[in-house]
Amino acid sequence: MTFLSVIVGTVAFAILAPVIGCFLAGVDRKVSARMQGRVGPSIMQPYWDVRKLLSKESASVNDVEGVYVTLALVLAVLSGGIFYSGGNLLLCVFVITLSSLFFIVAAYSTRSPYAEVGANRETLQVMAYEPMVLLFAVGIYLALGTFSVSGILDVEVPAICKTFLVFFGLLFILTIKLRKSPFDISMSHHAHQEIVRGMTTEMSGPTLAKVEIMHWCENVLFLGWAGMFFVWSNPLSLILALVVAVAVYFLEIWIDNNFARVKWQAMLRWSWIIALVAGGVNIAALMIL
Amino acid sequence: MALVAKSPWVIHYDGSSCNGCDIEVLAALCPGYDAERFGVINTGNPKHADIFLVTGSVNERNISVVKEIYDQMLEPKVVVACGICACSGGIFHDCYNVIGGVDKAIPVDVYCPGCAVRPESIIDAVVQGVAVLEEKAKAMKEARKGGE
Repeated sequence: MTFLSVIVGTVAFAILAPVIGCFLAGVDRKVSARMQGRVGPSIMQPYWDVRKLLSKESASVNDVEGVYVTLALVLAVLSGGIFYSGGNLLLCVFVITLSSLFFIVAAYSTRSPYAEVGANRETLQVMAYEPMVLLFAVGIYLALGTFSVSGILDVEVPAICKTFLVFFGLLFILTIKLRKSPFDISMSHHAHQEIVRGMTTEMSGPTLAKVEIMHWCENVLFLGWAGMFFVWSNPLSLILALVVAVAVYFLEIWIDNNFARVKWQAMLRWSWIIALVAGGVNIAALMIL
Repeated sequence: MALVAKSPWVIHYDGSSCNGCDIEVLAALCPGYDAERFGVINTGNPKHADIFLVTGSVNERNISVVKEIYDQMLEPKVVVACGICACSGGIFHDCYNVIGGVDKAIPVDVYCPGCAVRPESIIDAVVQGVAVLEEKAKAMKEARKGGE
């Protein structure tokens, strides 16, 4: 039963997430432009960019790079499918981590010094956010009594009431996961804040399009993580979760436009401090009380 | 309208000469003119770029660099020579080390004269470059169909 629902969820996610993610990316660019006093591109711009990349000549430095990127995309979609079909949150977290690892391997496989610097930095980013992601899964488990995401629909009080510190910690590392400044150190969306183009330096045409689609799917998944804190047995709470997800996305865009990139040392230090303090204190309290 | 025309990503390279045209090109790509409205992104990476903006003349030292950047770009691609030096060598044409315009190294699609090149001419040249890009994309699509 759960296996079937995960398959249905994954197929649905594979169709819907790129559409929603593409729209979100368009909104991101428009809102960013307005924050900088510009008109900005059309909402459709990310779609046009990806369609253009797909139509370009296909070339790669190392043939295996395309395989790794495809695997990273498939795993990101699977992770989203597990989450939105109400599957196991821990599995969702592990699968999305595996997806990032494949992406790192893809960057290393191109053997470009620039991509290698990007891959090294991405590894540091994974190290920075992973403790908090695991504490988030544990916090949700303690609040719901199950790792199953569908469990949020059975509880009387939303998870946020018991885990607001975990939510705060998740918000902090979400800036890293969504690749927003000040923590976009492995692959920046903004030109000239980067050593050539970070991890995607050697990726071009259709491969780069896959990376972009993967990024859209990840965004939809991570906003789902933020939203799930506000869901309880009342079906109307899903609307609240949606509002929270939109607010979180706006907050991330605001942070992106207002903070310059930090060094990796600061990123690692602060994400671990926040994971240990916010996550640790919250989880200790939940286990003791 | 081909999709490539809606998201022309550019890369710029300054060959030699006085550097004035390069400053003009970058100024035209500044947020103040908001080229992103038309999907233009300054990539800094030949593998991501569709339009190659070259300023300055080609000399013995940079001819290999210009060729390398051009070769790394994926089809369909367009080269715009910005400024009179990039078009023909300009006032530096008879220097001992200058080979001439960019077309001595790579095929140029749009010539955009001026000393320094005016922002209006750069925009006009890029618009013309986009039209050439569209034609090339169409030809590529037909070649693909024919190949199947």
